[in-house]
Amino acid sequence: MDDKKPTKVLLLGSGALKIGQAGEFDYSGNQAIKALKDDNIEVILINPNVATVQTSKDRADKIYFLPITPYFVERVIEKEKPDGILLSFGGQTALNCGVELHDTGILKKHNVEVLGTGVDVIKNTEDRALFKQKLKEINVSTPISFAVTSVEEGMTASKKIKFPIMIRSAYALGGAGSGVAYDEDELQKMLLKGFSLTKQMLVEEYLEGWKEIEYEVVRDKNNNCITVCNMENFDPLGIHTGESIVIAPSQTLTNEQYHSLRDISIKTIRHLGIVGECNIQYALNPDSNDYRVIEVNARLSRSSALASKATGYPLAYVGAKLAIGKSLTDIKNSVTKSTTACFEPSLDYVVLKIPRWDLEKFTNVSKQINTEMKSVGEVMSIARNFNEALQKAIRMLDIGKSGAVCNDMKFKDLKEELKHPTDKRVFAIETAIEEGMSIDEIYNLTYIDKWFLYKIKDLVELKQKIKDSPINKDLLKTAKQQGFSDPQIAQLKDTTEKDIREQRISLGIVPYVKQIDTLAAEYPAKTNYLYLTYDASEHDIKYNRQKMPKAIVVGSGSYRIGSSVEFDWCCVSATQTLKNNNYETIMINCNPETVSTDYDECDKLYFDELSFERICDIYDLEKPEGIIVSVGGQIPNNLAMPFYKSGVKIFGTSPTDIDRAENRFRFSNLMDILEIKQPIWRQLTSLEDAIDFAKDIYPVLIRPSYVLSGAAMKVVFAEEELLKYLKKAASINKKYPVVVSRFVEDAKEVEMDAVANNGSIVCYAISEHIEEAGVHSGDSTMIQPTQNISGIEKNLMKNIAKKTASALNITGPFNIQFLITDTDIMVIECNLRASRSFPFISKVLDVNFIDLAVQAMIGKPIGSVEIKNPKYMGVKTSQFSYSRLKGADPFLSVEMASTGEVACLGRNLDDAFLKSVLSTNLEYPKKNILVSISGDKNRAKLTESLQKLQSKNYNLYATEDTAQFYKKHGINSTELYKIKEKTQPNIYNYMTEKKLDLIICIPRINEQNSNGDNYMLRRLAIDCSVPLINNIKIAEIFTEAIISRKLQNLEIKSLDEYTNS
Amino acid sequence: MKMSSNKKSKKCFLVLEDGSIYEGTSFGSQNSRSGEVVFNTGMVGYNQTLTDPSYSGQILTFTYPLIGNYGVPKNESDKDKLNINFESEKIHVSGLIVSQYCQKYSHHTAVKSLSKFLTENDIPAIAGIDTRALTKKIREKGTMLGKIIFDEQDIDFYNPDNDDLVKDITTKKVIKYNSGEGKKKVVLIDCGVKHSIIKNLIKNNLEIIRVPYDYDFIKEGIAYDAVFISNGPGDPAKCTKTIEILKKSLKYNKPIFGICLGNQLLALAAGAKTYKLKYGHRSQNQPCIETGTNRCYITSQNHGFAVDEKTLSEEWKDWFFNANDKTNEGIKHKTKPFMSVQFHPEANPGPNDTQYLFAEFAKLIEGCEK
Repeated sequence: MDDKKPTKVLLLGSGALKIGQAGEFDYSGNQAIKALKDDNIEVILINPNVATVQTSKDRADKIYFLPITPYFVERVIEKEKPDGILLSFGGQTALNCGVELHDTGILKKHNVEVLGTGVDVIKNTEDRALFKQKLKEINVSTPISFAVTSVEEGMTASKKIKFPIMIRSAYALGGAGSGVAYDEDELQKMLLKGFSLTKQMLVEEYLEGWKEIEYEVVRDKNNNCITVCNMENFDPLGIHTGESIVIAPSQTLTNEQYHSLRDISIKTIRHLGIVGECNIQYALNPDSNDYRVIEVNARLSRSSALASKATGYPLAYVGAKLAIGKSLTDIKNSVTKSTTACFEPSLDYVVLKIPRWDLEKFTNVSKQINTEMKSVGEVMSIARNFNEALQKAIRMLDIGKSGAVCNDMKFKDLKEELKHPTDKRVFAIETAIEEGMSIDEIYNLTYIDKWFLYKIKDLVELKQKIKDSPINKDLLKTAKQQGFSDPQIAQLKDTTEKDIREQRISLGIVPYVKQIDTLAAEYPAKTNYLYLTYDASEHDIKYNRQKMPKAIVVGSGSYRIGSSVEFDWCCVSATQTLKNNNYETIMINCNPETVSTDYDECDKLYFDELSFERICDIYDLEKPEGIIVSVGGQIPNNLAMPFYKSGVKIFGTSPTDIDRAENRFRFSNLMDILEIKQPIWRQLTSLEDAIDFAKDIYPVLIRPSYVLSGAAMKVVFAEEELLKYLKKAASINKKYPVVVSRFVEDAKEVEMDAVANNGSIVCYAISEHIEEAGVHSGDSTMIQPTQNISGIEKNLMKNIAKKTASALNITGPFNIQFLITDTDIMVIECNLRASRSFPFISKVLDVNFIDLAVQAMIGKPIGSVEIKNPKYMGVKTSQFSYSRLKGADPFLSVEMASTGEVACLGRNLDDAFLKSVLSTNLEYPKKNILVSISGDKNRAKLTESLQKLQSKNYNLYATEDTAQFYKKHGINSTELYKIKEKTQPNIYNYMTEKKLDLIICIPRINEQNSNGDNYMLRRLAIDCSVPLINNIKIAEIFTEAIISRKLQNLEIKSLDEYTNS
Repeated sequence: MKMSSNKKSKKCFLVLEDGSIYEGTSFGSQNSRSGEVVFNTGMVGYNQTLTDPSYSGQILTFTYPLIGNYGVPKNESDKDKLNINFESEKIHVSGLIVSQYCQKYSHHTAVKSLSKFLTENDIPAIAGIDTRALTKKIREKGTMLGKIIFDEQDIDFYNPDNDDLVKDITTKKVIKYNSGEGKKKVVLIDCGVKHSIIKNLIKNNLEIIRVPYDYDFIKEGIAYDAVFISNGPGDPAKCTKTIEILKKSLKYNKPIFGICLGNQLLALAAGAKTYKLKYGHRSQNQPCIETGTNRCYITSQNHGFAVDEKTLSEEWKDWFFNANDKTNEGIKHKTKPFMSVQFHPEANPGPNDTQYLFAEFAKLIEGCEK
């Protein structure tokens, strides 16, 4: 690239959050925007992810909420005429889209230059064969692997590899035919078996038990190269790095290993010609220095986000600067502000990342962790030693565990659990050590380096010591230094958290605040990036008398199903409002995939636990005016009462009122007093009571407080089902009561997001769900403004909200969910905090609800804000990650399953809806549509649309009953046999041969996880990547939309163009 | 119950000249020792660092908080009797300060714990210190004297700058390496040379004549093609004899290359001055820019003194400078083949990015043939 700087740059985001591609790209995209704006470059962003910070108005110059596909990106290019495009800040989505735009000549046609790493270079890293070839040119080793098409070829290939040999079948669903062969005999047998299932097999060297190491590498156009961070996986090769516990820097590598891998990284990135940031992954033999390069990612990645947070080195910011032609030596270290960015951070702490899984929500999904990513989020802990980091991180996961020890877990088959790990692996190790298994034996089962196992053993021993000895200063200090929390110690000493806290404070045992400064204190740094540790003797910073009032914002913690980037947007927005009102802002969060943990978003960042204990520690040091707990989702919201009880000041609605909304009984009472209807419910402690209560009101929704297996909530239609569920899947007794409520069928679900000040409403927005009630609000498609809600209904809801706000004396954000039937409006939920849909309504209506809420909470006088109905539509669609969750039933239910969301704006519902669904799970169908609908009632709803589709020359296919039904209505469809029937023409063949463009498969409400024909059809659609519609309302709107609107007719407008119109 | 002595952690103290006292636990030998307290921010390579002769007289603090993780490898030598896993035959630091010592090590090359290695070398070591707090103190107040003491054994502070430290660690006799027909001969002035330096020179097919720091090889009539000045400890101004010998060598046109202390000695021989840095550079992440280019290299460093480039004569120029604090990182004669760097191209520990300088030195010698 020559030295001319681009003037207008198109930045591709990553779209909806999904497994394997999450919030880290909001962070990296956001940094890229900052880097470009600092250089006065105009930034055009395409990203339909409405919940992100990067799609806020004050970030990029223009924002397009559009699908990140070549078609839409080209339209934006035509309109905006950018001279450069950035592909490496939006994950695989942006990269793939960019490569396609390049290959089809679109970028060249419009004179758009790919900034940073070129497309040819990207291809060399993405194409396996090219990649191996490139690395071979410089004698860098990659795993030895041969693709073979016959047993003979396989046997010949095996001569070039040492046994044991790994056999994998290419293109076989579920990895059928894979395995490890220890000699030629075994290999022959396995190849024979494999070739009965597939045409191609991979014969590879087996790197079992090798360590997995990563480096983050940066290179500028002048060939300056640095490795910003190396990271070691706690888990061995074979467990996806996204599924692994990762520690930075590496712990078990010697100087020779560390630097030889570093040398190879630099040699590789130079040879490939990458400009900017990349990630390189290694396998390292634990018994020698033998290595393999597993892969290179020539873009920002989850690992690079982690490395940025781990080191304080802003990789994405620097990457963007290098892409526009800067040299590493031109850029300042943004932490020290005095030294150069051309250096390698030195850490004087350890950083640990642990993934968070939500696999309990999916019945048919294996809990085992392996080469495919299934986790939905992650946490990062910082400490001065490994044990403190490990225990902190486990607590941060918010999975009900107080640390690495004290969990009393039971495993059916411990050895099996160690050998084939699940999301419970750390606890299995704890249990094994407790049960006296030797470290050698655990190593032989897990291949986790003994260094880590010894550390966990130390914790188990210390736990026993705490249990057995009287508490004294030395022991308490040691315990705290090894990461034991107050509740953990209290549990061991059979006392209360409060008691331990008081004891340790009276003994002078308090945590110290340390800075992340990138240089291990070698140079003075102006950093505000902080963590707490007990393994220290003084604070890095001074807590003087304050100039400005301070406010703490508590973040949302790990992303998970139900709490994701939307709360990060809320936290960042809250911080900005506080800043604008002259507060010193203090952020506490522990999720490395967030923008809120970017240290230039706030005045002080504590990257630490979101626990009562830790936040109180920080509160005691900072002495803020108050804490905001209502913008980070449920974790901070749950802390309101404990804070209140210990005298910590909370901004906004009083914790006692929050509790009145949170506590089911108190809230129900309040609703009765206010004469607001709710579906009838009862909390029950015995099976008999449950049967008795449910018998008159079926269907009922069951919400257990303790779940044995499967999803937590379930709708049942009859006693038989109720019994089955309560006996098998949930507990019901005095300790674990179950809430049973009437399930209202065919009701509309409507949400109100609002802000109140001293009990009166400041602003509100009513959004409608497309799917009927019974689909979790987090999975539903949401539209704004409403289409099917009458003025009377709106007024009634507003009145309910007014009464509720006044009764609970709300100051701040809140959200009410309503059910609307022909006769009633009922309240099903009320949360006195920001909801998932706050970014959506704020952006669509161009009124920042968080800004208003925070102003109210800090006592700024604000009156009510009139919001007019927009002349355009906003549609928010959920993104599902079923393809990553093998076996999961793609089924909409009361339990949330989506992992992300998008929203698009449009001139009307069709326009906005189509763009929104095209941004997530659906594609515009070309020709062939398969319909399989349960029940004539639902079938009838599509009759008209299908007739129109047929007249538009779509080919319809259907399963037997569905085909018969439509035949009666003059619709001819080709009948396909069900998968189990094995008769041709069969769905299986049509699907695997990609002959179908869309599947409409509508199940009955109680059909989930039944493993029947319908399930197999839905699942196959996911496994074959054929777009699937599984809800009748969506089917209706989608078919209507494609009938009325061609792809070419969809509106290409930026957010500004809508909101300023 | 009988407990092995190394399992029981014994209390000891770190005392600094400013009067501050830190309590910790011992994991080395239990003899009080004093020296100059310095810090190193490298995250790997404690085995190489501890055995680097340049650390003579110093009590070293590792800022990385977990030390001992991968144990200590076998003490083995190559055919030239150069140590494979260490930078010299023994530990040269006077004492070691860490935050957490990891007794339970894990590595395929490890044969013993760091604790055992330290004890065998009679080096005291203290763990449980807030090394970040200590580092900040040194950064703010400058390098200071200190001592690690055990209960009854208080001792005096010791300032290594007052001594000619090189005298004790330089080779006592002339040693030849890689001798052979037609090979270029390099006189290696040993001021406490790291074995990696010798190995790098050998790798470039040079014959090495390793001589004591005060050995006048010109007067002795040694036939040579080039001179190499090694790294070493302490104040360069104390090496007066070496400087005199170098002044003589500068009169010839034979290539001269120096590393670290070698850079300072060459500067002094060329008439420039050196000064003591407030707290030195001891790390593996020092960015050095080659003057006049936009190339920046990540280097390994270990020095407390620096060349004052403003005192260089007209005939000399800056070669490298530190991108962070702009201090001198290398000098070069404008017309003659004399040059040196302040950083460590041989690394060990640290990045190998500037290892190419050895090859360039070898090429230079080859090119100077008349």
